[in-house]
Amino acid sequence: MKNDNRNAIIAIEDSIVQVRDLNLFYGTSQALFNLNFDIPRNKVTALIGPSGCGKSTFIRCINRMNDLVDSVNINGSIQLDQQDIFDKSVDVIDLRRKIGMVFQKSNPFPKSIYENVIYGLRIGGVTEKPVLEEAAEVSLKRSALWDEVKDRLHDSAMGLSGGQMQRLCIARAIAVSPDIILMDEPCSALDPRSTAHIEELIRELNGEYTIIIVTHNMQQASRVSDLTAFLYEGELIEFGKTTDLFTVPVKKATEDYITGRFG
Amino acid sequence: MKSKYWREGEPFVWGSGAALALILLLILTLLVVIFKNGLGVFWVSPLSHLEMQDGSKLMGEVVQSSVMSMRDEPRSQLKIANRDLYSLDFKWVSDKDIKQVTYPQDAILIERQEYGNFVGFLSSVTLLNQPSLPSGEYATLLAGLDDLKANMPELEAVKSQISDLNYRVESLDHKLAKLRFRGEEQGDDFQQLTMQKELLQTEFQTLVTTLNVLQARLMQNTARFTDASGTMLTIPLSAMVRVYKPNNLSFFAKVSLYLQKTRELFFDEPRESNTEGGLFPAIFGTVLLIIIMAIFSFPLGVIAGVYLREYARDGFMVRLVRIAVNNLAGIPSIVYGIFGLAFFIYGIGSSIDQIFFPAQLPAPTFGTGGILWASLTLGLLTIPVVIVSTEEALGAIPGGLRESSYALGATKFQTLTRILIPLASPGIMTGFILAMARAAGEVAPLMITGVVKLAPSLALDGQYPFFHLNRKFMHLGFHIYDIGFQSPNVEAAKPMVFVTTLLLIGIVIALASTAIFMRNRMKKKFAIAD
Ligand SMILES: Nc1ncnc2c1ncn2[C@@H]1O[C@H](COP(=O)(O)OP(=O)(O)OP(=O)(O)O)[C@@H](O)[C@H]1O
Ligand SMILES: [Mg+2]
Repeated sequence: MKNDNRNAIIAIEDSIVQVRDLNLFYGTSQALFNLNFDIPRNKVTALIGPSGCGKSTFIRCINRMNDLVDSVNINGSIQLDQQDIFDKSVDVIDLRRKIGMVFQKSNPFPKSIYENVIYGLRIGGVTEKPVLEEAAEVSLKRSALWDEVKDRLHDSAMGLSGGQMQRLCIARAIAVSPDIILMDEPCSALDPRSTAHIEELIRELNGEYTIIIVTHNMQQASRVSDLTAFLYEGELIEFGKTTDLFTVPVKKATEDYITGRFG
Repeated sequence: MKSKYWREGEPFVWGSGAALALILLLILTLLVVIFKNGLGVFWVSPLSHLEMQDGSKLMGEVVQSSVMSMRDEPRSQLKIANRDLYSLDFKWVSDKDIKQVTYPQDAILIERQEYGNFVGFLSSVTLLNQPSLPSGEYATLLAGLDDLKANMPELEAVKSQISDLNYRVESLDHKLAKLRFRGEEQGDDFQQLTMQKELLQTEFQTLVTTLNVLQARLMQNTARFTDASGTMLTIPLSAMVRVYKPNNLSFFAKVSLYLQKTRELFFDEPRESNTEGGLFPAIFGTVLLIIIMAIFSFPLGVIAGVYLREYARDGFMVRLVRIAVNNLAGIPSIVYGIFGLAFFIYGIGSSIDQIFFPAQLPAPTFGTGGILWASLTLGLLTIPVVIVSTEEALGAIPGGLRESSYALGATKFQTLTRILIPLASPGIMTGFILAMARAAGEVAPLMITGVVKLAPSLALDGQYPFFHLNRKFMHLGFHIYDIGFQSPNVEAAKPMVFVTTLLLIGIVIALASTAIFMRNRMKKKFAIAD
């Protein structure tokens, strides 16, 4: 245990996720140290920090993607709606349906655009065609892709541009109506225009979904998020309103990082 | 200058290019030889009539010409046929001994049921009960053959009735043996079956008599021929398969003959200890063997590969299994054959006989070589290829797709069936293709698990229960070995060796290209963006 991070819990009236004393080990090496913070409902929270500080590791805890890595050991708790997600009674499949995820590298399935969007519903057992079509349209509209693809829904998703693919992945995540959407550097492989498009989309989704976004781009974090967490070497250094964190950082390390002195 | 030459690796580029060229050249030569010889077999070549310096006369087709190295003399090999007259079908003649070569228009070639071809000249035809005879001996002969052909269905019908009866008597025998085995020889069933059998046997006798009468009648139609040197020979029409005048054929007639013979090759039974006639049973056996092999080995191999890659925890055991699987592919096929013999035939087959067919013992039912056991043996041989390619295909799928699927709430099984298997299918297909090609070409393991020179009946036919997987079978690969190296008349069998090889290659190519076609469609369908 290095220092106590409890001071990072800031007063949030309506939080959806509460992280308490979270430690994570890859085998014997510890990647996350004693994390404690609350994530507000229906707001955008950004995670920033230098490469290798544990941002991806952390957000993969929230939908338990780390279960897929054999060497991972976790202690502490993450509460989602007053339920510890690591509890044995929690069905990880249900959990993941409540939490969508968008990866850095857009990876649509080699199926049609339509099939991509409704994949989550299909595997959830939805078979009624009208329901599926409705869901596809709604989520594609939400992800601002509808106008571009409405005439070629049944074409392969591989024919889309990189930015469109990433929006398709967002649509795919939205289609199962999750409570939370996790985004791990969703724009880092995109050109500025597509990036602007996705940022716009995130702002639009703000208020309807709880979004946790990992980014290396300070401007992006300040443009799209309400709150920002700064992670450094597996520890939460500072967490607060985005406007505050970028203008009057409390910690020296935060200031150094956002002014570009390291990282 | 020189150092730059070496540094840029120029010699290696040349070297690898040359190696590739050499390999291509070898393959190409092989293919050209097979295609040239194989495709040419059915093309009618002219009959040369040779008058020799010493006054003797020979007739036949020139098969090859060469220069005798010792004396520097050109010489030719002649297929003089008429094995029943000369005992040898082939003869080398030195070109300087030939006085004159002619191509007589009325030279006749007869493909026969026995003794190979006859070449010579027609002198007379004797047809019984043939009211209106056309003029001309050759026309009469053809008319007689047409008549014979018209009688053929009758003959065939009787023959198939006989084989049906045979089969029924055999199954009655099995039932009787079963009753005897249970000690119920005095029971009503036994009496009834015995009576049935006796009935069948009398029926059988009548049929055989009918057949004999029919055959004797057909035997009465004969034709007389002379060979090049004037020796007389009488041949019954029923012994003739095909008659034509090679030196008097239009191009279209030759094409039509070519097609006829090709058809015969695909759909007819072999004749003359396999050196003539069709290859239907062997083609059938080869394809059925591969199909049964595929039904057995592909699903099993894919499931094993999926388990190894997706379910088994990567540890010492898995690595050991993987090494073992990889090495299995390198075991000589004859070893698989021996294993098949010991495990399937003597082990499983004998147990099946003891449990289900005790009455027939000691005559084996499944405890002897058969197409099922041969297929399973080939299946074992090809499973490693399927496992390895399945594993590799699954391993090549980007991890992101897997994670996206899980992140959307898919179970492992859903991810497998909806994403991974479809994506891996082109790679798995590649494994199938390799496995199929390997299985189609294997001969050694078959030789001890049930392949035969001549199978009396197919493993799949109209007799209940249709599949007779315990039966022995014929196979193109074994056929090549058999007629090429085990036949009493190797020279005469040579064309057939080439044709069979061509056919085997054709089957492999056909199967493989179907699979490749399917693979390419899958590839297109499941292409991943990068
Ligand atoms: N599967 C793994 N096995 C072992 N160690 C890992 C594994 N994944 C990540 N780590 C380690 O955990 C630490 C945190 O990694 P993580 O990927 O979370 O960083 P990050 O903040 O997302 O970095 P980046 O900004 O480069 O994506 C790193 O030191 C990394 O080496
Ligand atoms: Mg990361």
